[in-house]
Amino acid sequence: MNKTVNQKAWFLVLPVLVLVAFSAVIPLMTVVNYSVQDSFGDNVFFWAGLEWFRDMLQSERMWNALGRQLLFSAIILAIQIPLGIFVALNMPKKGVWASVCLVLMSLPLLIPWNVVGTIWQIFGRVDIGLLGHTLDALGIPYNYTQNTLAAWITVVVMDVWHWTSLVALLAYAGLQSIPDAYYQAAKIDQASRWKVFRYIELPKMAGVLMIAILLRFMDSFMIYTEPFVVTGGGPGNATTFLSIDLVKMALGQFDLGPAAAFSIMYFLTILLISWVFYTVMTNLDRQEGPQ
Amino acid sequence: MSDATVRAPGAAGVPGKVTDAAPAARTRRWRPKGSAVVMGLYLLFLMLPIYWLLNMSLKTNAEILGTFSLWPRDLTFANYEKILTDPSWYMGYVNSLIYVVMNTVISLAVALPAAYAFSRYSFMGDKHLFFWLLTNRMAPPAVFALPFFQLYSSVGLFDTHIAVALAHCLFNVPLAVWILEGFMRGVPKEIDETAYLDGYSFPKFFVKIFMPLIASGIGVAAFFCFMFSWVELLLSRTLTSVDAKPIAATMTRTVSASGLDWGVLAAAGVLTIVPGALVVFFVRNYIAKGFALGRV
Repeated sequence: MNKTVNQKAWFLVLPVLVLVAFSAVIPLMTVVNYSVQDSFGDNVFFWAGLEWFRDMLQSERMWNALGRQLLFSAIILAIQIPLGIFVALNMPKKGVWASVCLVLMSLPLLIPWNVVGTIWQIFGRVDIGLLGHTLDALGIPYNYTQNTLAAWITVVVMDVWHWTSLVALLAYAGLQSIPDAYYQAAKIDQASRWKVFRYIELPKMAGVLMIAILLRFMDSFMIYTEPFVVTGGGPGNATTFLSIDLVKMALGQFDLGPAAAFSIMYFLTILLISWVFYTVMTNLDRQEGPQ
Repeated sequence: MSDATVRAPGAAGVPGKVTDAAPAARTRRWRPKGSAVVMGLYLLFLMLPIYWLLNMSLKTNAEILGTFSLWPRDLTFANYEKILTDPSWYMGYVNSLIYVVMNTVISLAVALPAAYAFSRYSFMGDKHLFFWLLTNRMAPPAVFALPFFQLYSSVGLFDTHIAVALAHCLFNVPLAVWILEGFMRGVPKEIDETAYLDGYSFPKFFVKIFMPLIASGIGVAAFFCFMFSWVELLLSRTLTSVDAKPIAATMTRTVSASGLDWGVLAAAGVLTIVPGALVVFFVRNYIAKGFALGRV
């Protein structure tokens, strides 16, 4: 769509600007403020320069948390994206069953995150949970509060349960936009199922899949509530991801300086990924062409 | 489907022979029966944990801890009764609903004109602004927890509903702007121009003509604002203590000296799923669009 240049449009944007500035810029400036100062309490602050940043960059704790975080996000993407595409390919195209699938698949997405944690906390318990009890009855040792591997598996399966539907729904939306003529042409050419997927479905889904990958990466990168409820970051620090570590530092130990420096670096990383996301989105808009 | 995918990589390895390689007799089913099995298994995987929660919420604590059964032997609604009669429990839901509704109204009210501006006009800094909004949707709440706590404490808003509602604007306003912009770009610009030629003023045109045209978009945006504010815990827990305590934070209360009250916890969990489950049917066709910020 050709847009007219109109500087007065700023007035329409102004309310959003004021509101988001109040809820984003002011708090962010507080963080910046803390990150360069030190305090001995009583609200007396003095300049610390980049000391906190240097500290954090050398802190093993942060690098470990980052390592766990990246591993977690990588596992999540490796499972959810293919599984989501696979589910989307198997969804009914229209009719009552399509609606039933859409609604049931959306359900996990709409559950409060701490309840997601609670559900899996209960589900995985050996004494009262279906999963834990079944595994125990099969003779598989499983205890997510003691065993690191079990804790990881629980957190990963929980996230797969929670978010795979998002990938599937996006991929499904992409598939729906493919005209029937494409499939008919493939049929005439006697293209194999794999060829149809590779040369028709995958390219048509590419845009939405990029969105899905980025959304899943971002959201898994800032995951907090669900593992916090299930494992509390344990056993030990095994499932302490970046956000959990940050909240521990800021609200638990009140180490404002390091926590703020940590926040800034965390936020800059997010900013970088957001930029990639934005580029993808705007490219997608352009591909759609003028409407 | 499985045989096709297994065989295909081999076929792809012979360039030029790809299409001829398949014997003509091999007719392909585009949606094999296997898909129903796959969907059945996947939905089972999704529903089992939810069923288990429901199952537990209908049992007494003695039954939960004493016997292991796949369905409640001794059906009881005592857990729900407890939540719906005890003010410290049901006020959690009321508090959550109050700030969620406040947030939805605020978000939509400011996002509507902004989304219109983004979809219709280009102005200085529009692209940067649009990007900046997106970064707020992507920002980790953990980064904002502490500064929010201090900001709202210093202006005397700590433990009020409006504090949580405003804090949630951080990610809901950008979300609403993006979703609405996605819907508005689908409305042809000629409609605006015709309305202006007919002598409509901007506010009158916007409310009387434009808003009905994107009614579904407004509904979807409202749904997503509601949802994201409803599922969030970190900020709402940090910003409240007693008066505006959300249900999510109340749920951590079930730990007492005698151990966890599993039945009530499960019942509380089931009740938090209800609002989403009730309305998801109406937005089922837009849910992907909503999660993808109005794109798709």
